[in-house]
Amino acid sequence: MTLLAVERIKLFSTRSPYWCTALAIAMSVGFAALLAANADQVGVGLTQAGTRLALVVVLVLGALAVTTEYRFSTIRATFLAVPGRTSALVAKTAVVALVAGVIGEVAAFGSWAIAKVIKPNADLAINTGAEWRAVAGVGLTFAIGAILAIAVGILVRQTAGAVAILLVWSMLAENLVGLIPKVGVKIQAWLPFMNADNFLAVNTPSAGEVEATGGGVVFKLSQWGSLAYFAGIAVALLVVALVVAKRRDA
Amino acid sequence: MIQAVRLRKHYGRTKAVDDLSFIVKPGRVTGFLGPNGAGKSTTMRMILGLDTPTGGDVTIDGKHYTELKQPLRKIGALLDAKWVHPNRSARSHLKWMAVSNKIPVSRVDEVLEIVGLTEVANKRAGGFSLGMSQRLGIAGALLGDPEVLLFDEPVNGLDPEGILWIRQFMHRLADEGRTVFVSSHLLSEMAQTAQDLIVIGKGRLIAQTTTEQFISDATQDHVRVRSPHAVKLREILAASATVTEDAVDGALVVHGLPAPRIGEIAAENQIVLHELSPQRGSLEEAFMQLTKESVEYHAH
Repeated sequence: MTLLAVERIKLFSTRSPYWCTALAIAMSVGFAALLAANADQVGVGLTQAGTRLALVVVLVLGALAVTTEYRFSTIRATFLAVPGRTSALVAKTAVVALVAGVIGEVAAFGSWAIAKVIKPNADLAINTGAEWRAVAGVGLTFAIGAILAIAVGILVRQTAGAVAILLVWSMLAENLVGLIPKVGVKIQAWLPFMNADNFLAVNTPSAGEVEATGGGVVFKLSQWGSLAYFAGIAVALLVVALVVAKRRDA
Repeated sequence: MIQAVRLRKHYGRTKAVDDLSFIVKPGRVTGFLGPNGAGKSTTMRMILGLDTPTGGDVTIDGKHYTELKQPLRKIGALLDAKWVHPNRSARSHLKWMAVSNKIPVSRVDEVLEIVGLTEVANKRAGGFSLGMSQRLGIAGALLGDPEVLLFDEPVNGLDPEGILWIRQFMHRLADEGRTVFVSSHLLSEMAQTAQDLIVIGKGRLIAQTTTEQFISDATQDHVRVRSPHAVKLREILAASATVTEDAVDGALVVHGLPAPRIGEIAAENQIVLHELSPQRGSLEEAFMQLTKESVEYHAH
């Protein structure tokens, strides 16, 4: 508990978390407002389109939470105060993941609410399991994304490097893999952010439907399975990062 | 007590610290002296568990730093004044440190008062001058009211006022009975602050002794004497001292006799003296002499 309090003080006594939070929420809510205002048909799934952008901002927030510590050597001050490096870094991960989760929920329900205000007559009732998952599940993917970002931050240590890896990977690389003939989509079914998207999807086409529409990713996991897989990758990467941080000279 | 036993830190083929053993005695100010690049900071980082030694061991009262439950209460350190997030206020910086070692948060304002930063406590640390940053670093070191304090080059880059403040502050800490281990590459600085000295060069121990002993060993006193009867005087003095001749002006250089005694001997023998001046070797010269062999980078 002590270490959680320490990391909470550290996180909220600098400015970047506030900026990232504001930006993440503004992007998803703003995007939802644009879509709601311009689309003919608005469904619950569509209102969440902007949260994918917000996730990227949360990844930056997670990476910054540790790379700034390395940049300004406060990580050394941290390890002086708390020589158990693993517990210090796990506490940091927990606090940032929690904050990311809250950002995700606010962004998701905020996006849904703004669409409801703009298109009061559209069918935006959240009444199926899939719809609940698509909205309330956003916080979960944000929290897991934050864990992944922190792991990358610990391993890379430099802000520019960590942010570049996270942005290129999550926004570009996973999509480009699909361009590889034949195997591309098969690989995509096992990529972390693809699985996060699969978890949040309202309508998941069956293998037969994918075939009929001319190809696409066929996920081998159920939607909750996809989330567990995404979480598994994040935690595995974090474990590697913790081991490296423990062995490395600070 | 800090004890290093055969401590080593190698980076590839570079031996930053090599087979270094020393003891920092409790309740005294110990200077850690060596030229730049001698391995002082690396040693301090190993004491504090930041760097892992390649070999050997270093303990604080028999324990490794990483085994300490609330290390800030045992040992306070200032390795680099810039280890602060520039957008965090001085108070927030000290607050998270206090919370991490279960130190009452009221102590934060106490240490800010001690180092004289109360007025800028809520200002962002990034705007601090080097002197102010140094004070903030010392406030952090004092936070847990530790019995052992470690300072790495605390006066580097400070203005004379800042240097004086740090020097007096370290005396105060020693007077309070704390163990102070402070590194420097300036012997003249250490001569004024430290009671004991640990001198290293190229990662190896050169000397561990009291400052007084080190200085008297390192700087030999001698007396310059000029006289129109130099040849006669030299014969008389040679009976009880070592006498050489200054190559430049032919003055006698006497080792082993104090100036008043030389004057008396001259008077007894009715020898006229034109000069009788006690000389003291400079500390820095002596230090450079001692570490000459072990300086990593020479200017050519």
